Amino acid sequence: MTTKTPAGPAGEPTAYELSVAGRQSVALPDPEVPATALPADLLRDDNGLPELSQLDVVRHYLHLSQRNYGIDSGFYPLGSCTMKYNPKLSEQIARWPGFADTHPLQPVETVQGNLRLMFELQAWLQEIGGFAGVSLQPAAGAQGELTALLMMRAYHADRGETARTQILIPDSAHGTNPASTAMAGFSVLEIPSDARGTIDLAALRAACDPTIAGIMLTNPNTLGLFEDQIEQIVALVHGCGGLVYGDGANMNALTGIVRPGDLGIDLMHYNLHKTFATPHGGGGPGSGPVGASAALTAYLPGPVVVDEDGGFRFADPPCSIGRLCSFAGSFGMLLRAYAYIRLHGADGLRQNALHAVLNANYLRAALRGTYPVPFDRINMHEFVCEGRIDGTGVRALDICKRLMDYGFHPPTSYFPLIVREALMIEPTETESKQTLDAFVAALHAIAEEARGDPAALHGAPHRTTVRRLDEVHAARHLVLRDRAAPPAR
Amino acid sequence: MLRSLGVDRLEDLFGDVPACHRFPDLDLPAGISELELEPLMRRLAAENAGIDPSMSFLGAGAYRHYSPPTVDYVLQRGELYTAYTPYQPELSQGSLQAMFEYQTMICQLTAMEVSNASHYDGATALAEAVLLALDSAPGERDRVLVSSAVHPRYRAVLRTYLRGTATQVIGDDDAVDVAELATRLDRRTAALVIQNPNFFGQFERVEGLAEAARAVGALLVVLVDPVSLGLFKPPGAYGADVVAAEGQALGVPLSFGGPHLGILATRLAHVRRLPGRLVGETIDAGGHRGYVLTLATREQHIRRAKATSNICTNAALVALATAVYLATLGKTGLRRVAELCFQRSHYAAAALGGLPGVAINPQAPDKPFFKEFVAALPKPAAVVNAILRRDFGILGGYDIGRDLPERDHHLLVAVTEMNNRAAIDALVHAVSRAIA
Repeated sequence: MTTKTPAGPAGEPTAYELSVAGRQSVALPDPEVPATALPADLLRDDNGLPELSQLDVVRHYLHLSQRNYGIDSGFYPLGSCTMKYNPKLSEQIARWPGFADTHPLQPVETVQGNLRLMFELQAWLQEIGGFAGVSLQPAAGAQGELTALLMMRAYHADRGETARTQILIPDSAHGTNPASTAMAGFSVLEIPSDARGTIDLAALRAACDPTIAGIMLTNPNTLGLFEDQIEQIVALVHGCGGLVYGDGANMNALTGIVRPGDLGIDLMHYNLHKTFATPHGGGGPGSGPVGASAALTAYLPGPVVVDEDGGFRFADPPCSIGRLCSFAGSFGMLLRAYAYIRLHGADGLRQNALHAVLNANYLRAALRGTYPVPFDRINMHEFVCEGRIDGTGVRALDICKRLMDYGFHPPTSYFPLIVREALMIEPTETESKQTLDAFVAALHAIAEEARGDPAALHGAPHRTTVRRLDEVHAARHLVLRDRAAPPAR
Repeated sequence: MLRSLGVDRLEDLFGDVPACHRFPDLDLPAGISELELEPLMRRLAAENAGIDPSMSFLGAGAYRHYSPPTVDYVLQRGELYTAYTPYQPELSQGSLQAMFEYQTMICQLTAMEVSNASHYDGATALAEAVLLALDSAPGERDRVLVSSAVHPRYRAVLRTYLRGTATQVIGDDDAVDVAELATRLDRRTAALVIQNPNFFGQFERVEGLAEAARAVGALLVVLVDPVSLGLFKPPGAYGADVVAAEGQALGVPLSFGGPHLGILATRLAHVRRLPGRLVGETIDAGGHRGYVLTLATREQHIRRAKATSNICTNAALVALATAVYLATLGKTGLRRVAELCFQRSHYAAAALGGLPGVAINPQAPDKPFFKEFVAALPKPAAVVNAILRRDFGILGGYDIGRDLPERDHHLLVAVTEMNNRAAIDALVHAVSRAIA
């Protein structure tokens, strides 16, 4: 079906709808060189791009930004995403030509500053996580997971243990864990949670056998609970010859609190875009460095940065699983994380974790009387409650949409899968008590509305640039490119 | 706040953490103020050699191109860069519409029917393109035929991605023409993978490749330089099934290799096997147009182990940068950039080729090229590069001997609109001195 762009504030035309034939916004220089004939048989007629003035472009994207909500707009308590403040100084520094204009294939002697930064960041991440080595290559958390699983595969293969084909994954895990497992050529064996919301040790014990390559463990788990039987879990998996992978998505609760490596974790990825405050960018770029215990550093993806003969250079670990991206990782993100760790130092990182955990517990205590908390005990940086108001038919979805009308970004919803109508709330340490109290007041007000006028909630949001969007319609009537664009030739 | 939790100290919230490992002393530098950080970072930046952008001829997959100021203007909007993946569309129409327009512009440039919302970089986009082909090609297939003129690092990443499978990468140990490579296609082959223009800058002879692949049920996967598509025929025009590209050249800083942008586009027939985010148009409760993430049933957070990929966080902000770049340059601008690259690189090639003992594109002198070419020198490329840098302040080309030791006299030279005639003349003069 065809829909028209509404007039007025509800809609911004697309770049193609704004396009006017012949309009240009950039002047480019003359070639200054004698002309070479273009190979006529290789040319196209029309590259199909829009034609806009520079002012058209600026207004278009300014309007789009006004139809968006970021951490800079307001509270963004998205569970397991660690939406903390992104320091502005780091944004400036990353744009300095001394960093931004460096080419990844320049001779190493011309990029010693970049390499020093990477070398020190490797060492700092090792220290924070308690690992013997770190590779900065992986571009995001999910690629870090894939990296670690391929390292496990190579490690077992070198020991002739090719029967290890299964990865243990708790039922509360992020979806990337099983997806990465499949990409690495393993199969998934799911482990249930127990009544306390942590891993069912008896089920784990029963599953540990010589077919197990390892376990993927998010700690704190996605319920925001620290796996307090972590030492038994590690011992069981190691006992059957498996390796323990820590999903570092929730590391913001642990910096300076405990080092995963000290608990016997063999491999872990860090989400620099969560724990170390690099911006999420509306869905990336991220960065997912991987740390490894002494037994596994030889398998890390290359290159890593080494310090030799008074200079820094790239080197591949001896049994490296290989390369995971075109160059040396998301340097722009590494730089921001480096700046963040340098600003905060050891004490600051611990204070961040302490206050992230305080803020999350404060919210749980304030909300538990209104929204049931199925695993109601001291949590870490996030917690999960049920987004339902008894006797009203109001669901987590309605509560999320109504929160937008109160000026807040909703929490993560319908995850983890083991809690019905889940609302997963992570406030982070950068939010003030005033903001948390305002959020609590909004959620209490919404609960009152649910009892008085549930229809208003079903119709929410009312104050956003668009009303509730029809996702089913999008999937049934696929429109994945702008129909205003002319056919490309 | 602590009182509401019934504890006295912040530290009391961590009783679940094993006591013997709790609160370790971290050996890290002490925290500092922002005021102190800035000079410290300036010192680090100063440890890098300052390179005049017009005096660099290094490419090999990462390029200096002009980025209009609109790009960074938009990137600095906090509403966009501090947002998460747009799971809540009513608060994310800006990100979503920008991604939808990005998908559209990528479809236009490549002449494909559907583009995802981005991948990490060109190499991972190519690896995922091959995984798509392995999933899409009918029957069980365990081979991927890859041209030796595909970027060596991309081939390395592809091999890493395939470590968990039984798939073999073949063909790239042998420097044959793509037409001859295509004769090795068989029913075990899931994909024929070429780069066009190839790693050495030259256009491949693509006629018949798609037909040859289709005849055995394999897919044609093409890696492109998106800037070339401003002027030259898109992969869709010669039958490609999947297109992958590095998007960095479209207005994104080099930034020492990342974050860059993976472009991945295909035909609508493969949309349900495409990895990554996809934005679709829809309507809201009032019947007005809006945008949402769609076909999430392909993705890890819904399908888990059966997802098309594990990708979650991608390179959305870099895709946004590219969208702003393409909207700003527009139809005429991108064509002009491509023409400048073509004209200036051909001028540079002719001038360098006139030096004694220098040959241009010795492996295939008749194949046209776009913005990069190989200069075969009478001295090792590493020696020449060192002289260019030390005596002339010029960042030379890519030493092909780093990947192919037998070709250590071959320099891959990249010329873009950033290198004016004076800079090219300076390069030619410097090379003439270096090889004398």
